[in-house]
Amino acid sequence: MRIPCAELVKGEAAGPVLHLERPISLWGGVDPVSGLVVDVRHPQRGRGVTAKVVVMPAGRGSSSSASALAEMVRRGTAPAALVCGRADAVLVVGATVAAELYSRTCPVVVADVPKWARFARLDGRGGIEIS
Amino acid sequence: MVTEKTANVVTQIGDRMHARRVSSTTIGSMPLDLSERDRALLAGEEGEGVAFAMRVMVRMAEAMGAARLLDITGAHVDGCLYHGPSSLDFVAAVSRDGARVSVPTTLNVGSLDLLHPERARLPLPTKEAARQLMDAYVALGCSPTWTCAPYQDTSRPGVGEQVAWAESNAVVFANSVLGARTERYGDFTDICAAITGRAPAVGLHLDEGRRASLVVEVRVKPDIVQSAAFFPLLGYWLGERAGDRVPALVGVPGPVGEDDLKALGAAAASSGSVALFHLVGVTPEAPDLAAVAGEESERLVVTEAELVEVHRRLDTGTGEAVDAVALGTPHYSRAQMGQLDRLLDSRRCRLPLYVNTSRAVLASLSASLRRRLEEAGVEIVVDTCTYLVPLMRPGIRVVATDSAKWAHYAPANLGVAVRFASTGACVEAAVSGRLGDPW
Repeated sequence: MRIPCAELVKGEAAGPVLHLERPISLWGGVDPVSGLVVDVRHPQRGRGVTAKVVVMPAGRGSSSSASALAEMVRRGTAPAALVCGRADAVLVVGATVAAELYSRTCPVVVADVPKWARFARLDGRGGIEIS
Repeated sequence: MVTEKTANVVTQIGDRMHARRVSSTTIGSMPLDLSERDRALLAGEEGEGVAFAMRVMVRMAEAMGAARLLDITGAHVDGCLYHGPSSLDFVAAVSRDGARVSVPTTLNVGSLDLLHPERARLPLPTKEAARQLMDAYVALGCSPTWTCAPYQDTSRPGVGEQVAWAESNAVVFANSVLGARTERYGDFTDICAAITGRAPAVGLHLDEGRRASLVVEVRVKPDIVQSAAFFPLLGYWLGERAGDRVPALVGVPGPVGEDDLKALGAAAASSGSVALFHLVGVTPEAPDLAAVAGEESERLVVTEAELVEVHRRLDTGTGEAVDAVALGTPHYSRAQMGQLDRLLDSRRCRLPLYVNTSRAVLASLSASLRRRLEEAGVEIVVDTCTYLVPLMRPGIRVVATDSAKWAHYAPANLGVAVRFASTGACVEAAVSGRLGDPW
């Protein structure tokens, strides 16, 4: 099934979907080395974000998440893509800087992904194919 | 170098998305309404570093649905906290061709206490990289303030003044307590705003973005408000309910000081992402509720029961045993250092007690106060913060703190268990070796 998305940082990506039930701060909430959710109070604690299409309701907390994302892109532990319920400028900027520095894009889009989605492919043309 | 790629450039206006295909070569002409100077910077007239900075600001502005940029008069930059090699790669890229900040710019905490660099238990290559990063930001013309609370001494923009501040507690303080106007800048955007002198004309920079959509009635007894535990817990509860919205609070009996508001904001910016709150009758934009909130706002009530429940969830340890005390997140003010001295009352600490503050506050303390704190066994940390880097002695497992923000971040960052308690209860724990009544 194809759903529309608003592309804030455009790119193609695909991967298993990780639904985050609550917002998370990439800084402090995710370990950039392992790619695991380390926020002790988060429902998805212990899950990995690397190479996943991460679906999150909104941003949260620290403004250092842009650096956290850039560092993860540099290391290769970044999500395949970030799908937010609302535009998140912090993630957009992190992905933009990372793309300029490392020529690797983690697309950041706004879309409403149904809870049943297990795999997602961003086509880089305003759509996400979910299954 | 500009490449000929087409892109979907999206702006969000209200809840409608406008997407149009544009070539990235035209990124300077639509959809943002850019000034001549904006275009000149993008075209590289002040060098590659400035052009990169401008590209970041344009992308940020587009992501936020801004129609144009506006001038800022100051900035507070968080970029000198070392996150990894990307931190250095970025500052190198933005420093090309002699780029420098174009407005007065203060710096947030770094990874090192520069007065006691040996304290940070980081590998030597990391310490060296952290030092390089701090130096690189100073080389861009930033002022080496090394504090998360620049508003305490150096930098107090006035009501309505447009600035670009990073660090979530500083953002919420600047907006709420000073009435200045900043969005939530952060790594990369903070220094890019400082270099270009521009920020997106959107959100909290504008009147309409500063109105409350949530009204909270605080119904607690005055003696609860007097407890130093009240404001951090209220803030933590508020952040969880408000998320990134602007709340207005009514019913908080005075007097309310800046340190109380600092704690409230820092907590709300940690559990949620509150960047502006109005405390009716206290903060400058809210002489009354009607000034900041309309009839359509969501209404909530908070009582002592909610605060007790938040406290229960904030604590990750239980019982009387604590190994250390952590104060000063955000950086303690001069008044708070004085209060710490009074609470200690010339007694010695049995447990390590760390307090973070700025070098400016430290320099402002009297020699006798400093001596008394040292004799009590207090470890004063400057330039950085104990929850950010491993600074406390090894072997510490349970920490009492008067900061909801410290309690929020430390377990994941440091692997410690936390007990939140009022400042007084924390000091008693440090002196007696055990945590009693946390309020």
